[in-house]
Amino acid sequence: MSDEIQAVEEEFDFEKVKPVLVEPLVDNNPIILQVLGICSALAVTSQLSTALIMSIALTSVVTASNTAIAVIRNHIPASIRIIVQMTIIASLVIVVDQILKAVAYDISKQLSVFVGLIITNCIVMGRAEAFAMQNPPLASFFDGLGNGLGYSLILIAVAVVRELFGSGSLLGVEILPLVKNGGWYEPNGLLLLPPSAFFIIGLLIWAVRTWKPKQVEAPDFRILPAHGEVA
Amino acid sequence: MPENTQTSAGFSETWQQWKARAKDYFDKIRALPNDSFEKTLAVAFWVCLACAVVVSFAAVALRPLQEANKAADMKRNILEVVGLWEEGIDVDEAFKRFEIKVVDLATGEFAEDVDPETYDMRQAAKDPNLSEPLPRERDIAQIKRRPKYATVYLLKDEDGRLEAIVLPVSGYGLWSTMYGFLALEPDCNTVIGINFYDQGETPGLGGEVVNPDWRALWRGKKVYDENGTPVLRLVKGSVDPKQAGAEYMVDGLAGATLTSNGVSNLIRFWLGEDGYKPFLDKFCGGAR
Repeated sequence: MSDEIQAVEEEFDFEKVKPVLVEPLVDNNPIILQVLGICSALAVTSQLSTALIMSIALTSVVTASNTAIAVIRNHIPASIRIIVQMTIIASLVIVVDQILKAVAYDISKQLSVFVGLIITNCIVMGRAEAFAMQNPPLASFFDGLGNGLGYSLILIAVAVVRELFGSGSLLGVEILPLVKNGGWYEPNGLLLLPPSAFFIIGLLIWAVRTWKPKQVEAPDFRILPAHGEVA
Repeated sequence: MPENTQTSAGFSETWQQWKARAKDYFDKIRALPNDSFEKTLAVAFWVCLACAVVVSFAAVALRPLQEANKAADMKRNILEVVGLWEEGIDVDEAFKRFEIKVVDLATGEFAEDVDPETYDMRQAAKDPNLSEPLPRERDIAQIKRRPKYATVYLLKDEDGRLEAIVLPVSGYGLWSTMYGFLALEPDCNTVIGINFYDQGETPGLGGEVVNPDWRALWRGKKVYDENGTPVLRLVKGSVDPKQAGAEYMVDGLAGATLTSNGVSNLIRFWLGEDGYKPFLDKFCGGAR
């Protein structure tokens, strides 16, 4: 195993791994193109602080799990492949959860179950199965980092919109003075509810696909013209 | 010293031996075809062992920090329920104004033989020696077991005059047992505040028990009616302040009937005969 890592390090060339790091940011973003990891994106984005911590947690888990799985990828029996991946991911999630409870207690209380639910986050499993099982550790490390950052980018964008217009603040600091506190801004309560994240992610997908039409998928089916109409 | 060289040579020899054996073993495992039975077992075993070591190490190494956080959070909640907490204050310093006492719930007397610094009410509720099972008809708050002793926090001003009594309360809502504090004025009847530091109710609905705007509605409400029965409860919709008995009613939580019932039950239990009533009756004497 160790000779493998060395072999990769010898021929390591950042230009080669750059695409796996950069592509998931916009061109192949896990949330807005692959539409994975949506449930946590809805749940933790009502405040920027929770979104930031969740982003850090998920990025570290997916980076570490990708690397660990890539190291032992040639020795994982196919019959227990998924279980081995899950064991590694679950252990990393528990470690991250324990660290959060020790150093960021308040935020870990707010995130409650969502840190634990990183275990079932499709991005982590997806990257392990689709990338780390076939690629050397270093490339997998950058792939995990890239996908984690792609997830973080969307989470932070959604959280900025939701906290700014939903509570008039960012990271708890008041930006738009609220009517309640003698200002002029009447906060939009809808943005504090999870469904609003759906709308924002939908709008983001629309915006990105307008900017990069390559991402637009071919329709699965077309509505046929009705009888008598000229097609 | 000859013996010493002997042992260290012996040690390094055994170490070399073991290293060689381990290397042989791992080489053998690596050489096995991936889908063979032995390799599957070996990979499963070593992955589990490695993960278990990592997880246990993290849990054990971080425990002291986590416990400290929990204790600080508890103090913060107690300060918050009496309105003394704000961002950036020194929690330990502010907490010094509290006198911590342990109360024997059955008699309502202070239990001087129990150390309030180390007594943990939530742990005690699970300990058969320190708690008793509640028969179903008396178990209004659905907590199953009641600890024999309760920790109460008495807030004193500079001259040692009582300003507030903070009582730990708990009760079952819809999904979870909610743990919190209720603060009363020195008359043992008027509410200063309530908060919940540990609950797992539906976020946005029952989870609104932690909402500061809703909790502010509790201020000034009365717990006991003229007969000394705890009647404070949550009602559906909002309470009209001019309505008869409005001082005994708090707005229910919208969309969370079962959590609201849970909160009402918890008040009824903890301020009733099985809860703090014997203590409050003795402590406040005839003031009520």
